[in-house]
Amino acid sequence: MGLNLDFSVVLERWPLFWDGAVMTLKLAALAIVFGAIIGTFCAVGRNSGNRLIARACTLYVEAIRNTPLLVQIFLVYFGLASIGFKFSAFSVAATALAINVGAYTAEIMRAGFESIPTGQIEAAEGLALSRFQIYWHVILLPATEKVYPALTSQFVLLMLASSVTSQISAEELTAVANYIQSDTYRAFETYILVAIAYVVLSLVLRAGFWALGFALFPRRRRLGTAL
Amino acid sequence: MTKDSPVVSLKEVHKSFGALKVLDGVDFSVGRGDVLVLIGRSGSGKSTALRCIDRFETIDSGEIHVCGHRVDAPDIDLRALRQDVGIVFQSYNLFPHLTIEQNITLAPVSVKRMAKAEARERAAAVLAQVGLAEKLDAYPEQLSGGQQQRAAIARSLAMQPKVMLFDEVTSALDPELTGEVLKVIEALAADGMTMVMVTHEMGFARGIADKVVFMHAGKVHETGTASILAAPATPELAQFVGTGF
Ligand SMILES: Nc1ncnc2c1ncn2[C@@H]1O[C@H](COP(=O)(O)OP(=O)(O)OP(=O)(O)O)[C@@H](O)[C@H]1O
Ligand SMILES: [Mg+2]
Repeated sequence: MGLNLDFSVVLERWPLFWDGAVMTLKLAALAIVFGAIIGTFCAVGRNSGNRLIARACTLYVEAIRNTPLLVQIFLVYFGLASIGFKFSAFSVAATALAINVGAYTAEIMRAGFESIPTGQIEAAEGLALSRFQIYWHVILLPATEKVYPALTSQFVLLMLASSVTSQISAEELTAVANYIQSDTYRAFETYILVAIAYVVLSLVLRAGFWALGFALFPRRRRLGTAL
Repeated sequence: MTKDSPVVSLKEVHKSFGALKVLDGVDFSVGRGDVLVLIGRSGSGKSTALRCIDRFETIDSGEIHVCGHRVDAPDIDLRALRQDVGIVFQSYNLFPHLTIEQNITLAPVSVKRMAKAEARERAAAVLAQVGLAEKLDAYPEQLSGGQQQRAAIARSLAMQPKVMLFDEVTSALDPELTGEVLKVIEALAADGMTMVMVTHEMGFARGIADKVVFMHAGKVHETGTASILAAPATPELAQFVGTGF
Protein backbone atom coordinates (compact mmCIF):
# COMPACT_ATOMS: atom_id res chain seq x y z
CA MET A 1 0.00 0.00 0.00
CA GLY A 2 1.76 3.16 -1.11
CA LEU A 3 0.67 6.73 -1.31
CA ASN A 4 0.35 7.61 -4.94
CA LEU A 5 -0.51 11.25 -5.43
CA ASP A 6 -1.16 12.69 -8.84
CA PHE A 7 -2.20 16.33 -8.90
CA SER A 8 -2.01 16.82 -12.67
CA VAL A 9 -5.59 16.02 -13.62
CA VAL A 10 -6.83 18.02 -10.69
CA LEU A 11 -4.58 21.00 -11.39
CA GLU A 12 -5.75 21.03 -14.98
CA ARG A 13 -9.07 22.19 -13.66
CA TRP A 14 -7.62 25.26 -11.88
CA PRO A 15 -10.08 27.70 -13.51
CA LEU A 16 -12.87 25.85 -11.70
CA PHE A 17 -11.01 26.16 -8.42
CA TRP A 18 -10.48 29.85 -9.09
CA ASP A 19 -14.18 30.42 -9.78
CA GLY A 20 -15.09 28.50 -6.64
CA ALA A 21 -12.67 30.53 -4.52
CA VAL A 22 -14.01 33.79 -5.92
CA MET A 23 -17.53 32.62 -5.20
CA THR A 24 -16.59 31.74 -1.62
CA LEU A 25 -15.11 35.18 -1.11
CA LYS A 26 -18.18 36.88 -2.57
CA LEU A 27 -20.47 34.80 -0.41
CA ALA A 28 -18.45 35.58 2.70
CA ALA A 29 -18.19 39.28 1.87
CA LEU A 30 -21.95 39.65 1.39
CA ALA A 31 -22.74 37.69 4.54
CA ILE A 32 -20.20 39.68 6.57
CA VAL A 33 -21.48 43.08 5.41
CA PHE A 34 -25.12 42.27 6.02
CA GLY A 35 -24.38 40.21 9.11
CA ALA A 36 -22.43 43.11 10.61
CA ILE A 37 -25.37 45.44 9.99
CA ILE A 38 -27.93 42.97 11.37
CA GLY A 39 -25.73 42.18 14.35
CA THR A 40 -25.09 45.81 15.23
CA PHE A 41 -28.77 46.72 15.06
CA CYS A 42 -29.59 43.66 17.10
CA ALA A 43 -27.02 44.56 19.77
CA VAL A 44 -28.53 48.06 19.94
CA GLY A 45 -32.00 46.50 20.10
CA ARG A 46 -31.05 44.31 23.02
CA ASN A 47 -29.80 47.40 24.86
CA SER A 48 -32.87 49.46 24.03
CA GLY A 49 -35.47 50.25 26.62
CA ASN A 50 -38.14 48.61 24.46
CA ARG A 51 -38.71 45.19 25.97
CA LEU A 52 -40.44 43.75 22.94
CA ILE A 53 -37.56 44.66 20.64
CA ALA A 54 -35.01 43.47 23.21
CA ARG A 55 -36.80 40.13 23.54
CA ALA A 56 -37.11 39.67 19.79
CA CYS A 57 -33.38 40.30 19.37
CA THR A 58 -32.51 37.87 22.16
CA LEU A 59 -34.77 35.24 20.64
CA TYR A 60 -33.06 35.61 17.27
CA VAL A 61 -29.57 35.40 18.74
CA GLU A 62 -30.34 32.35 20.87
CA ALA A 63 -32.22 30.57 18.08
CA ILE A 64 -29.27 30.93 15.73
CA ARG A 65 -26.59 30.11 18.26
CA ASN A 66 -28.33 26.92 19.28
CA THR A 67 -29.05 25.38 15.87
CA PRO A 68 -26.66 23.98 13.26
CA LEU A 69 -25.75 26.18 10.32
CA LEU A 70 -26.73 23.46 7.85
CA VAL A 71 -30.23 23.28 9.30
CA GLN A 72 -30.51 27.07 9.08
CA ILE A 73 -29.50 26.93 5.43
CA PHE A 74 -32.13 24.27 4.71
CA LEU A 75 -34.74 26.29 6.58
CA VAL A 76 -34.06 29.35 4.43
CA TYR A 77 -33.84 27.24 1.29
CA PHE A 78 -37.05 25.26 1.78
CA GLY A 79 -38.80 28.03 3.66
CA LEU A 80 -38.47 30.50 0.80
CA ALA A 81 -39.43 27.81 -1.70
CA SER A 82 -42.53 26.78 0.24
CA ILE A 83 -43.93 30.33 0.21
CA GLY A 84 -43.36 30.45 -3.53
CA PHE A 85 -40.07 32.35 -3.80
CA LYS A 86 -37.50 30.98 -6.17
CA PHE A 87 -34.01 32.30 -5.52
CA SER A 88 -30.64 31.12 -6.75
CA ALA A 89 -28.67 28.83 -4.47
CA PHE A 90 -26.17 31.68 -4.11
CA SER A 91 -28.79 34.14 -2.82
CA VAL A 92 -30.15 31.59 -0.40
CA ALA A 93 -26.66 30.75 0.82
CA ALA A 94 -25.75 34.44 1.28
CA THR A 95 -29.00 35.12 3.14
CA ALA A 96 -28.60 32.15 5.47
CA LEU A 97 -24.96 32.98 6.20
CA ALA A 98 -25.80 36.63 6.89
CA ILE A 99 -28.54 35.62 9.31
CA ASN A 100 -26.13 33.22 10.98
CA VAL A 101 -23.18 35.55 11.38
CA GLY A 102 -25.53 38.39 12.36
CA ALA A 103 -26.40 36.56 15.58
CA TYR A 104 -22.77 35.98 16.52
CA THR A 105 -21.93 39.57 15.65
CA ALA A 106 -24.77 40.76 17.88
CA GLU A 107 -23.33 38.85 20.80
CA ILE A 108 -19.81 40.18 20.21
CA MET A 109 -21.01 43.77 19.73
CA ARG A 110 -23.05 43.57 22.90
CA ALA A 111 -19.89 42.74 24.80
CA GLY A 112 -18.27 45.71 23.06
CA PHE A 113 -21.09 48.04 24.11
CA GLU A 114 -20.83 46.82 27.69
CA SER A 115 -17.14 47.64 27.72
CA ILE A 116 -17.90 51.35 27.28
CA PRO A 117 -17.83 52.98 30.74
CA THR A 118 -21.11 54.65 31.75
CA GLY A 119 -19.09 57.80 32.42
CA GLN A 120 -18.47 58.11 28.68
CA ILE A 121 -22.18 58.03 27.99
CA GLU A 122 -22.99 60.46 30.80
CA ALA A 123 -20.36 62.86 29.50
CA ALA A 124 -21.98 62.68 26.06
CA GLU A 125 -25.46 63.16 27.53
CA GLY A 126 -24.16 66.12 29.49
CA LEU A 127 -23.03 67.65 26.20
CA ALA A 128 -26.63 67.35 24.92
CA LEU A 129 -25.87 64.71 22.31
CA SER A 130 -28.89 62.70 21.16
CA ARG A 131 -29.16 58.95 21.69
CA PHE A 132 -28.33 58.33 18.07
CA GLN A 133 -25.36 60.70 18.18
CA ILE A 134 -24.09 58.98 21.31
CA TYR A 135 -24.25 55.56 19.65
CA TRP A 136 -22.62 56.84 16.53
CA HIS A 137 -19.84 59.02 17.97
CA VAL A 138 -19.18 57.67 21.43
CA ILE A 139 -20.13 54.00 21.53
CA LEU A 140 -19.90 52.33 18.14
CA LEU A 141 -16.30 52.95 17.15
CA PRO A 142 -14.63 52.33 20.54
CA ALA A 143 -16.83 49.26 21.07
CA THR A 144 -15.91 47.89 17.65
CA GLU A 145 -12.27 48.58 18.37
CA LYS A 146 -12.44 46.62 21.62
CA VAL A 147 -13.96 43.53 20.00
CA TYR A 148 -12.27 43.81 16.62
CA PRO A 149 -10.08 40.71 17.03
CA ALA A 150 -13.13 38.66 18.04
CA LEU A 151 -15.10 40.00 15.08
CA THR A 152 -12.26 39.16 12.70
CA SER A 153 -12.09 35.57 13.98
CA GLN A 154 -15.84 35.20 13.70
CA PHE A 155 -15.83 36.45 10.12
CA VAL A 156 -12.99 34.13 9.12
CA LEU A 157 -14.90 31.25 10.72
CA LEU A 158 -17.95 32.22 8.70
CA MET A 159 -15.94 32.14 5.48
CA LEU A 160 -14.78 28.62 6.34
CA ALA A 161 -18.28 27.56 7.38
CA SER A 162 -19.65 28.74 4.04
CA SER A 163 -18.37 25.41 2.73
CA VAL A 164 -21.56 23.75 3.99
CA THR A 165 -23.59 25.74 1.47
CA SER A 166 -22.24 23.22 -1.05
CA GLN A 167 -25.14 21.12 0.28
CA ILE A 168 -27.59 23.32 -1.59
CA SER A 169 -25.27 23.47 -4.59
CA ALA A 170 -24.05 27.01 -4.18
CA GLU A 171 -21.09 26.95 -6.56
CA GLU A 172 -18.45 27.83 -3.99
CA LEU A 173 -15.08 26.24 -3.40
CA THR A 174 -16.24 23.06 -1.67
CA ALA A 175 -19.01 22.39 -4.17
CA VAL A 176 -16.48 22.80 -6.96
CA ALA A 177 -14.16 20.38 -5.19
CA ASN A 178 -16.93 17.82 -4.82
CA TYR A 179 -17.55 18.07 -8.53
CA ILE A 180 -13.84 17.84 -9.48
CA GLN A 181 -13.15 14.81 -7.31
CA SER A 182 -16.11 12.91 -8.75
CA ASP A 183 -14.91 13.86 -12.21
CA THR A 184 -11.25 12.93 -11.72
CA TYR A 185 -11.44 10.21 -9.04
CA ARG A 186 -8.61 12.08 -7.31
CA ALA A 187 -10.44 12.89 -4.07
CA PHE A 188 -7.44 13.20 -1.74
CA GLU A 189 -5.51 15.45 -4.11
CA THR A 190 -8.57 17.60 -4.68
CA TYR A 191 -9.21 18.18 -1.00
CA ILE A 192 -5.53 18.86 -0.28
CA LEU A 193 -5.69 21.66 -2.84
CA VAL A 194 -9.00 22.90 -1.46
CA ALA A 195 -7.60 22.98 2.06
CA ILE A 196 -4.67 25.03 0.82
CA ALA A 197 -7.07 27.34 -0.99
CA TYR A 198 -9.04 27.90 2.23
CA VAL A 199 -5.85 28.73 4.10
CA VAL A 200 -5.01 31.31 1.45
CA LEU A 201 -8.55 32.75 1.62
CA SER A 202 -8.29 33.02 5.40
CA LEU A 203 -5.03 34.90 5.11
CA VAL A 204 -6.53 37.21 2.50
CA LEU A 205 -9.50 37.91 4.75
CA ARG A 206 -7.32 38.55 7.79
CA ALA A 207 -5.14 40.91 5.79
CA GLY A 208 -8.28 42.70 4.63
CA PHE A 209 -9.51 43.16 8.19
CA TRP A 210 -6.12 44.32 9.31
CA ALA A 211 -6.16 47.02 6.63
CA LEU A 212 -9.74 47.97 7.51
CA GLY A 213 -8.79 48.26 11.18
CA PHE A 214 -5.92 50.48 10.18
CA ALA A 215 -8.35 52.81 8.43
CA LEU A 216 -11.07 52.66 11.11
CA PHE A 217 -8.97 53.29 14.20
CA PRO A 218 -6.69 56.27 13.58
CA ARG A 219 -5.70 56.50 17.24
CA ARG A 220 -4.08 53.05 17.09
CA ARG A 221 -2.26 54.13 13.98
CA ARG A 222 -1.00 57.31 15.61
CA LEU A 223 -0.02 55.79 18.93
CA GLY A 224 1.25 52.55 17.41
CA THR A 225 -0.81 50.25 19.65
CA ALA A 226 -1.37 46.81 18.21
CA LEU A 227 -4.89 45.66 17.49
CA MET B 1 -37.04 84.06 34.02
CA THR B 2 -36.47 87.59 35.14
CA LYS B 3 -33.05 89.17 35.22
CA ASP B 4 -32.50 88.66 38.91
CA SER B 5 -34.09 85.27 39.38
CA PRO B 6 -31.62 82.56 40.36
CA VAL B 7 -29.90 80.54 37.65
CA VAL B 8 -30.32 77.36 39.67
CA SER B 9 -32.80 76.78 42.44
CA LEU B 10 -33.82 73.68 44.37
CA LYS B 11 -36.97 73.73 46.50
CA GLU B 12 -37.86 71.00 48.97
CA VAL B 13 -36.11 68.36 46.87
CA HIS B 14 -36.59 64.77 48.00
CA LYS B 15 -34.82 61.81 46.50
CA SER B 16 -34.47 58.21 47.60
CA PHE B 17 -32.60 55.27 46.14
CA GLY B 18 -34.88 52.43 47.17
CA ALA B 19 -35.20 52.65 50.94
CA LEU B 20 -32.24 55.00 51.25
CA LYS B 21 -33.31 58.62 51.62
CA VAL B 22 -30.51 60.65 50.06
CA LEU B 23 -32.05 64.11 49.69
CA ASP B 24 -34.47 65.04 52.43
CA GLY B 25 -35.92 68.41 51.50
CA VAL B 26 -32.96 70.22 49.99
CA ASP B 27 -33.20 73.96 49.29
CA PHE B 28 -30.60 76.21 47.78
CA SER B 29 -30.23 78.65 44.94
CA VAL B 30 -27.46 80.25 42.93
CA GLY B 31 -27.60 83.75 41.48
CA ARG B 32 -26.10 84.76 38.19
CA GLY B 33 -22.32 84.89 38.31
CA ASP B 34 -22.19 83.31 41.74
CA VAL B 35 -20.18 80.32 42.89
CA LEU B 36 -21.93 77.89 45.19
CA VAL B 37 -19.78 75.29 46.90
CA LEU B 38 -21.37 72.10 48.19
CA ILE B 39 -19.55 70.44 51.04
CA GLY B 40 -20.31 67.59 53.36
CA ARG B 41 -19.27 64.16 54.50
CA SER B 42 -19.02 61.28 52.07
CA GLY B 43 -22.51 59.95 51.36
CA SER B 44 -24.28 63.14 52.44
CA GLY B 45 -25.87 63.53 49.00
CA LYS B 46 -23.70 66.20 47.35
CA SER B 47 -23.20 64.36 44.07
CA THR B 48 -26.83 63.36 43.97
CA ALA B 49 -27.95 66.97 44.44
CA LEU B 50 -25.58 68.10 41.69
CA ARG B 51 -26.71 65.35 39.31
CA CYS B 52 -30.36 66.28 39.90
CA ILE B 53 -29.62 69.77 38.55
CA ASP B 54 -28.65 68.30 35.17
CA ARG B 55 -31.30 65.61 35.51
CA PHE B 56 -28.92 62.70 35.69
CA GLU B 57 -31.18 61.72 38.57
CA THR B 58 -34.92 62.30 38.71
CA ILE B 59 -36.33 63.57 41.96
CA ASP B 60 -39.26 62.17 43.95
CA SER B 61 -40.73 65.52 44.91
CA GLY B 62 -39.87 69.20 45.04
CA GLU B 63 -38.92 71.65 42.35
CA ILE B 64 -35.75 72.35 40.43
CA HIS B 65 -35.43 75.38 38.16
CA VAL B 66 -32.36 75.85 35.98
CA CYS B 67 -31.99 78.73 33.53
CA GLY B 68 -35.73 78.86 32.99
CA HIS B 69 -36.09 75.08 32.61
CA ARG B 70 -38.37 73.26 34.98
CA VAL B 71 -36.05 70.29 35.53
CA ASP B 72 -38.51 68.16 37.50
CA ALA B 73 -41.16 68.35 34.77
CA PRO B 74 -41.64 64.93 33.21
CA ASP B 75 -41.73 66.38 29.70
CA ILE B 76 -38.60 68.49 30.05
CA ASP B 77 -36.52 69.00 26.91
CA LEU B 78 -33.36 67.36 28.23
CA ARG B 79 -31.17 68.39 25.36
CA ALA B 80 -32.19 72.04 25.71
CA LEU B 81 -31.42 71.89 29.44
CA ARG B 82 -28.04 70.32 28.83
CA GLN B 83 -27.07 72.96 26.31
CA ASP B 84 -27.40 75.49 29.11
CA VAL B 85 -25.64 73.40 31.73
CA GLY B 86 -22.05 72.19 31.56
CA ILE B 87 -21.04 69.32 33.81
CA VAL B 88 -17.57 68.02 34.62
CA PHE B 89 -17.03 64.80 36.53
CA GLN B 90 -14.31 63.47 38.75
CA SER B 91 -13.22 61.00 36.06
CA TYR B 92 -12.67 63.30 33.13
CA ASN B 93 -14.47 61.05 30.64
CA LEU B 94 -12.81 62.40 27.55
CA PHE B 95 -13.64 60.26 24.52
CA PRO B 96 -10.48 58.16 24.13
CA HIS B 97 -10.75 57.56 20.38
CA LEU B 98 -10.98 61.26 19.53
CA THR B 99 -8.26 63.89 19.61
CA ILE B 100 -8.66 66.74 22.08
CA GLU B 101 -9.88 68.96 19.26
CA GLN B 102 -12.41 66.35 18.13
CA ASN B 103 -13.56 65.90 21.73
CA ILE B 104 -14.27 69.61 21.90
CA THR B 105 -15.85 70.14 18.46
CA LEU B 106 -18.13 67.08 18.63
CA ALA B 107 -20.99 68.68 20.56
CA PRO B 108 -20.92 72.15 18.94
CA VAL B 109 -20.96 70.54 15.48
CA SER B 110 -23.51 67.79 16.10
CA VAL B 111 -25.75 69.51 18.65
CA LYS B 112 -25.51 73.18 17.73
CA ARG B 113 -24.94 72.50 14.03
CA MET B 114 -21.96 74.81 14.08
CA ALA B 115 -19.76 74.91 10.98
CA LYS B 116 -16.62 72.78 11.40
CA ALA B 117 -14.25 75.70 10.86
CA GLU B 118 -16.00 77.79 13.49
CA ALA B 119 -16.03 74.89 15.92
CA ARG B 120 -12.29 74.46 15.44
CA GLU B 121 -11.73 78.13 16.16
CA ARG B 122 -13.75 77.80 19.30
CA ALA B 123 -11.84 74.67 20.32
CA ALA B 124 -8.59 76.59 19.97
CA ALA B 125 -10.04 79.42 22.04
CA VAL B 126 -11.29 77.29 24.94
CA LEU B 127 -8.09 75.26 24.96
CA ALA B 128 -6.09 78.47 25.22
CA GLN B 129 -8.37 79.46 28.08
CA VAL B 130 -7.38 76.33 30.03
CA GLY B 131 -3.74 76.59 29.01
CA LEU B 132 -3.64 73.64 26.61
CA ALA B 133 -3.38 75.39 23.25
CA GLU B 134 -0.63 73.05 22.07
CA LYS B 135 -2.58 69.84 22.82
CA LEU B 136 -5.15 70.19 20.04
CA ASP B 137 -3.98 67.10 18.17
CA ALA B 138 -3.12 64.92 21.13
CA TYR B 139 -5.22 61.96 22.20
CA PRO B 140 -6.48 61.94 25.80
CA GLU B 141 -4.15 59.12 26.85
CA GLN B 142 -1.18 61.30 25.89
CA LEU B 143 -2.18 63.88 28.52
CA SER B 144 -1.60 63.95 32.28
CA GLY B 145 -4.62 63.72 34.56
CA GLY B 146 -4.61 67.45 35.22
CA GLN B 147 -4.41 68.20 31.51
CA GLN B 148 -7.23 65.75 30.77
CA GLN B 149 -9.43 67.42 33.36
CA ARG B 150 -8.68 70.85 31.92
CA ALA B 151 -9.51 69.51 28.46
CA ALA B 152 -12.80 68.18 29.84
CA ILE B 153 -13.59 71.63 31.22
CA ALA B 154 -12.73 73.15 27.84
CA ARG B 155 -15.06 70.65 26.15
CA SER B 156 -17.92 71.84 28.34
CA LEU B 157 -17.06 75.51 27.84
CA ALA B 158 -17.19 75.12 24.06
CA MET B 159 -20.96 74.69 24.39
CA GLN B 160 -21.10 78.12 26.07
CA PRO B 161 -23.14 76.95 29.06
CA LYS B 162 -24.90 79.40 31.36
CA VAL B 163 -23.93 77.42 34.43
CA MET B 164 -21.15 74.94 35.15
CA LEU B 165 -21.39 72.00 37.53
CA PHE B 166 -18.21 70.45 38.96
CA ASP B 167 -18.25 67.24 40.98
CA GLU B 168 -14.95 66.80 42.83
CA VAL B 169 -13.01 67.48 39.68
CA THR B 170 -9.65 67.28 41.43
CA SER B 171 -10.25 64.20 43.57
CA ALA B 172 -8.77 61.77 41.05
CA LEU B 173 -5.63 63.86 40.62
CA ASP B 174 -2.23 63.67 42.23
CA PRO B 175 -1.90 66.59 44.70
CA GLU B 176 0.66 68.37 42.55
CA LEU B 177 -1.81 68.43 39.63
CA THR B 178 -4.84 69.82 41.46
CA GLY B 179 -3.51 73.39 41.40
CA GLU B 180 -3.58 73.75 37.62
CA VAL B 181 -7.22 72.64 37.48
CA LEU B 182 -8.31 74.85 40.38
CA LYS B 183 -6.63 77.81 38.72
CA VAL B 184 -8.75 77.28 35.60
CA ILE B 185 -11.89 77.22 37.74
CA GLU B 186 -10.82 80.36 39.57
CA ALA B 187 -10.33 82.14 36.27
CA LEU B 188 -13.79 81.03 35.19
CA ALA B 189 -15.29 82.41 38.38
CA ALA B 190 -13.47 85.68 37.87
CA ASP B 191 -14.98 85.80 34.38
CA GLY B 192 -18.43 85.68 35.93
CA MET B 193 -19.40 82.08 35.22
CA THR B 194 -22.20 80.77 37.43
CA MET B 195 -21.03 77.59 39.12
CA VAL B 196 -22.08 74.87 41.48
CA MET B 197 -19.24 72.74 42.71
CA VAL B 198 -18.67 69.89 45.05
CA THR B 199 -15.20 69.92 46.52
CA HIS B 200 -13.17 68.67 49.44
CA GLU B 201 -10.56 71.41 48.92
CA MET B 202 -11.52 73.61 51.88
CA GLY B 203 -8.91 76.27 51.25
CA PHE B 204 -10.06 76.60 47.69
CA ALA B 205 -13.72 76.71 48.75
CA ARG B 206 -12.98 79.51 51.18
CA GLY B 207 -11.37 81.57 48.45
CA ILE B 208 -13.88 81.07 45.68
CA ALA B 209 -17.32 80.55 47.25
CA ASP B 210 -19.98 83.23 47.23
CA LYS B 211 -22.13 80.73 49.03
CA VAL B 212 -21.32 77.58 50.95
CA VAL B 213 -23.88 74.83 51.44
CA PHE B 214 -23.03 72.21 54.04
CA MET B 215 -25.03 69.05 53.52
CA HIS B 216 -25.60 66.59 56.29
CA ALA B 217 -27.92 63.59 56.33
CA GLY B 218 -29.65 64.62 53.11
CA LYS B 219 -30.40 68.13 54.34
CA VAL B 220 -28.84 71.56 53.97
CA HIS B 221 -27.52 71.65 57.49
CA GLU B 222 -25.89 75.04 57.37
CA THR B 223 -25.46 77.65 54.68
CA GLY B 224 -23.96 81.08 54.33
CA THR B 225 -20.96 82.87 52.89
CA ALA B 226 -17.47 81.38 53.01
CA SER B 227 -17.17 82.83 56.51
CA ILE B 228 -19.17 79.91 57.96
CA LEU B 229 -16.12 77.74 57.29
CA ALA B 230 -14.13 79.84 59.74
CA ALA B 231 -16.95 80.21 62.25
CA PRO B 232 -19.38 77.28 62.01
CA ALA B 233 -22.71 77.67 63.76
CA THR B 234 -23.41 73.96 64.12
CA PRO B 235 -21.27 71.29 65.76
CA GLU B 236 -21.58 69.10 62.64
CA LEU B 237 -19.98 71.71 60.39
CA ALA B 238 -17.39 72.48 63.05
CA GLN B 239 -16.47 68.82 63.19
CA PHE B 240 -16.46 68.53 59.40
CA VAL B 241 -14.21 71.54 58.96
CA GLY B 242 -12.01 70.37 61.80
CA THR B 243 -11.38 66.92 60.38
CA GLY B 244 -11.52 67.88 56.74
CA PHE B 245 -14.03 65.12 56.00
N1 LIG C 1 -27.52 55.25 41.78
C1 LIG C 1 -27.55 54.99 43.11
N2 LIG C 1 -28.21 53.90 43.57
C2 LIG C 1 -28.26 53.64 44.89
N3 LIG C 1 -27.68 54.39 45.83
C3 LIG C 1 -27.00 55.48 45.44
C4 LIG C 1 -26.90 55.84 44.05
N4 LIG C 1 -26.18 56.96 43.97
C5 LIG C 1 -25.83 57.29 45.22
N5 LIG C 1 -26.34 56.42 46.12
C6 LIG C 1 -26.19 56.49 47.58
O1 LIG C 1 -26.68 57.74 47.98
C7 LIG C 1 -25.89 58.27 49.04
C8 LIG C 1 -25.42 59.66 48.66
O2 LIG C 1 -24.52 59.54 47.58
P1 LIG C 1 -23.78 60.77 46.93
O3 LIG C 1 -22.94 60.22 45.85
O4 LIG C 1 -24.74 61.83 46.58
O5 LIG C 1 -22.86 61.25 48.14
P2 LIG C 1 -21.71 62.32 48.14
O6 LIG C 1 -22.09 63.32 49.17
O7 LIG C 1 -21.44 62.81 46.77
O8 LIG C 1 -20.49 61.47 48.68
P3 LIG C 1 -18.95 61.50 48.24
O9 LIG C 1 -18.31 62.60 48.99
O10 LIG C 1 -18.44 60.17 48.69
O11 LIG C 1 -18.89 61.68 46.77
C9 LIG C 1 -24.78 57.29 49.27
O12 LIG C 1 -25.12 56.51 50.38
C10 LIG C 1 -24.74 56.47 48.03
O13 LIG C 1 -24.33 55.16 48.31
MG1 LIG D 1 -19.87 62.54 45.37
